[in-house]
Amino acid sequence: MRILTQLCRRSDGVTYSSSSLSSRCCRLLLPALALTAFCTPALFAEDKPEPLPSDVKFMVDNLWVLLSGALVFIMHLGFASLESGLTEAKNTVNILFKNTMIICIGLLTYGLCGFALMYPGFEDAATGFFKFGDFGVTRAADDASLMTKEYAAYTWYTDFFFQAMFAATAATIVSGAVAGRIKLSSFLVWSTLFVGLCYPIVGSWKWGGGWLDAKGFYDFAGSTLVHSVGGWGALVMALLLGPRIAKFTTDGKVNYIPGSNMPLVAIGVFLLWLGWFGFNGGSVLSGDAVSISLVLVTTSMAAAAGGVTAGMVSWFVGKKPDLTMALNGILAGLVGITAGADQMAIWEAVAIGVVAGGLVYFSVVTVDKLRIDDPVGAISVHLVCGIWGTLAVGIFGAKAGGEQIVAQLTGIASYAVATVVFAGVTGLIIKAVMGLRVSDDEQVEGLDIGEHGMTAYHQLP
Amino acid sequence: MKLIVAIVQPSRLEAVKESLSKVEVFRLTVGDVQGLGRQKGHTEVYRGHEYQVNLLRKVKLEIAVNDKFVEPTIEAILKGGRTGQEGKIGDGKIFVLPMDDVIRIRTGERGSEAI
Repeated sequence: MRILTQLCRRSDGVTYSSSSLSSRCCRLLLPALALTAFCTPALFAEDKPEPLPSDVKFMVDNLWVLLSGALVFIMHLGFASLESGLTEAKNTVNILFKNTMIICIGLLTYGLCGFALMYPGFEDAATGFFKFGDFGVTRAADDASLMTKEYAAYTWYTDFFFQAMFAATAATIVSGAVAGRIKLSSFLVWSTLFVGLCYPIVGSWKWGGGWLDAKGFYDFAGSTLVHSVGGWGALVMALLLGPRIAKFTTDGKVNYIPGSNMPLVAIGVFLLWLGWFGFNGGSVLSGDAVSISLVLVTTSMAAAAGGVTAGMVSWFVGKKPDLTMALNGILAGLVGITAGADQMAIWEAVAIGVVAGGLVYFSVVTVDKLRIDDPVGAISVHLVCGIWGTLAVGIFGAKAGGEQIVAQLTGIASYAVATVVFAGVTGLIIKAVMGLRVSDDEQVEGLDIGEHGMTAYHQLP
Repeated sequence: MKLIVAIVQPSRLEAVKESLSKVEVFRLTVGDVQGLGRQKGHTEVYRGHEYQVNLLRKVKLEIAVNDKFVEPTIEAILKGGRTGQEGKIGDGKIFVLPMDDVIRIRTGERGSEAI
């Protein structure tokens, strides 16, 4: 109310009494503001503010990207909570150990070779398939310009930090889909290869300035590069691994294996939403107020739309409102907007979220019908909605058009083939050499005892 | 009238419930318990030390039955509760206890009708 009163006073140049003024302004301004907020992404392009001194701009840009990296790190709290909550208590220590190792292994392999594989500096983008930059992250010690605006809007270490956090999120998507029956050692070996080699090499095709970038493929923050890559990995491993023994019976029944902690599931999803502010917001890669503010709004609107849609669909199609579906719907919306968060008007973000929310519900049901055991819905949230989000860039927003749709489809198909081949080959080799599944006895007793010799929830002292 | 108390493996609970329903036993009480017996416990490792834990999770069923249901109930629990074809150590035990009376709270009925 006060802000509207001030706006009216300034534009008129004359001061009116506040009550009549605010009611007059409200009648005119509120509907007008509401309409513009829903329709136009960039409002006052003509009014450019005075440019900041360049060292202050560097500081602000850098701070935002660093803060965003920290927010992306929060997604690991989210994944740990979500996965523990949706799986059985007897496997909790195992799930948490996998999550703990993945962030650590992700950061270390990215430092060793991932960063250099993902951003190798292709000379000719159109032929950029593979190039190895360098081992390690010590370049900045030799080259001071990497810490100034000559390198980018942020320092080389900030670049590494932000991107390293992304790498680990791609790997952790798989841990939920394989929960409850995978051998810990096999999983760790597979994930190290996946996050150390597959993710950065295929990622270089777009973000590293490789051949897909040259073709006009667009993925703002990683619906394809992070989410569908993780999703394909999850699908391949779930297929190679097989289901938990209690999940499907030979007469075709699907068994209900309930999660052990619903509050953790909810907290996990909200932590992921919080982290997504950095995931998408930081992908602006600068402190630009217009882009960041737009992206945070489109991100939130898509999440909200996805949550409501999945919740309502579970209520009307599934008969009862399902908390885990509503929460999966929020994630679906978030994954869906991630490819084009900076390209969409707010109504388009809502539309993308609605479709994602519907897709995730039917996908979870279908994955079960296909007798693929996915305890947390990782395939439905990350793979299916990752593909949808990528396609949506050609259907909605500033880049919409037939050419863009072709570029998006090219990207989707290439990532599908590459990731499935990598995940499948490494998975099959590990299956033959080490085995993928724990024994049936161990599965029944719980992987906490079998793999770790400890329990998460001690019953009696 | 007898009270049948059975300690079974948690993983066999669904199979036991199914085989009980096949002999028309639909009323039972189920509880979470821990027990020790011939099935050795397991070794846990916590922060550098090994511990022997010999309490294992089991499920306890309590079923009040009329005399003619005693043997069918026992057979059903044996069928559902055995792990695999020959069973394993740790599958549990069935106790048959004499029962003085049973009363339905809602109506106050006593005896066989209340079961």
